[in-house]
Amino acid sequence: MGNPMRIRAKLDGDVVDAKVLMNHAMETGQRKDASGALVPAHYITKVIASCNGKTVLEADWGPSVSRNPLLGFRFRGAAAGDTLSVTWTDSMNDTRTDEAVIG
Amino acid sequence: MIARHRTRAIAGLAFAALTAASSIVLAQPEDDPVAEYRAMMGDDNPAEFWVMRGEALWTTPRGPASVSLEQCDLGMGPGVVKGAYAHLPRYFADAGEVMDLETRLLHCMVTLQGIPREEALKQRFGDGARESDFEALAAFVAEESRGQMLDVPLDNPAMEKAYALGKEMFFYRAGTHDFSCATCHGQTGVRIRLQQLPNISEAEGARAAYSGWPAYRVSQGEVRTMQWRLQDCFRQQRLPQLEFGSEASIALTTYIAHNANGAVMDAPGMKR
Ligand code: HEC
Repeated sequence: MGNPMRIRAKLDGDVVDAKVLMNHAMETGQRKDASGALVPAHYITKVIASCNGKTVLEADWGPSVSRNPLLGFRFRGAAAGDTLSVTWTDSMNDTRTDEAVIG
Repeated sequence: MIARHRTRAIAGLAFAALTAASSIVLAQPEDDPVAEYRAMMGDDNPAEFWVMRGEALWTTPRGPASVSLEQCDLGMGPGVVKGAYAHLPRYFADAGEVMDLETRLLHCMVTLQGIPREEALKQRFGDGARESDFEALAAFVAEESRGQMLDVPLDNPAMEKAYALGKEMFFYRAGTHDFSCATCHGQTGVRIRLQQLPNISEAEGARAAYSGWPAYRVSQGEVRTMQWRLQDCFRQQRLPQLEFGSEASIALTTYIAHNANGAVMDAPGMKR
């Protein structure tokens, strides 16, 4: 299920400026908690952004990406009012999709 | 005395070596990587996730009494959240003492919701999946004072006493290193490692130090409160552990907040 992302997508000329703030623990599997026990790995492995049925970004992620990461990217070929959809999948096979209308 | 002189001499040497090695990097004394990072993040502060969770916690019936915190009086009347954080710490007649935000939240959890104190305090600081209600609630309440002017008057003998105690503690040297808070926070324009350390004993520095807390701590991926900040500085000062919500912690917070009066609140902020 995951927690909701916050997606902002703004048209700047013919380029969409997208910012995606994700709510994810991004545990590396190397960190120990206060009692000294290893915290199990749990991180996003794949991010896919699509618009008008087309993939505009596909990224393979690993444990070195920060907790609650902010992903910024730009792409062409969209108009105001189109929907940008972002999906992540993580190392525990959890997945989450959120959408935003391009403004 | 001898030990103190030696420390100063070593610190002086280290500083000389550092300037020699990196004079180019230090050419701009205003260099502030954390501010740069903040600018890159823009309006995207992950603290927002804590604010959302805090708001849900505030309005959800919880505890043995199964009531929400919506009747919690943060100082401006039951249920008033807007602007409340800009007037904390303050004296609460119903409790007979000065309370800061976290202590007041604890008070409401215990008295309104019937949650046992020890249980409420178990996760006073969050760690990954073990989330802290305090950090979420504090983020939510602070957000409701964003843009407001901090006004913490010493309008009551208890507030005067808390301020005086906080001030005394701020300058009190103790522990294995003979540090006081002022050792690290009593000068303007100096830094430790890459951290620009504010001079909390004067208004400008106190405002910089106070107005952004609670804050999302990037290095920990957690929202931390002023109670957390102070106990971590106690650790850095090699003092015994600072009790959450203790008289000492509230006195220090009162000292910093009163010095910071006039600050425009900008919490939850973002810190290293
Ligand atoms: C050994 C040096 C040291 C001592 C002693 C110390 N601090 Fe700090 N303090 C720091 C450092 C370093 C930071 C910044 C940490 C960071 O950004 O990683 C800090 C941060 C803070 C902040 C937040 C500042 C900001 O701009 O966000 C406050 C408030 C604070 N300290 C209060 C205190 C108080 C009160 C005491 C005394 C009980 C104290 N400190 C003692 C080193 C110290």
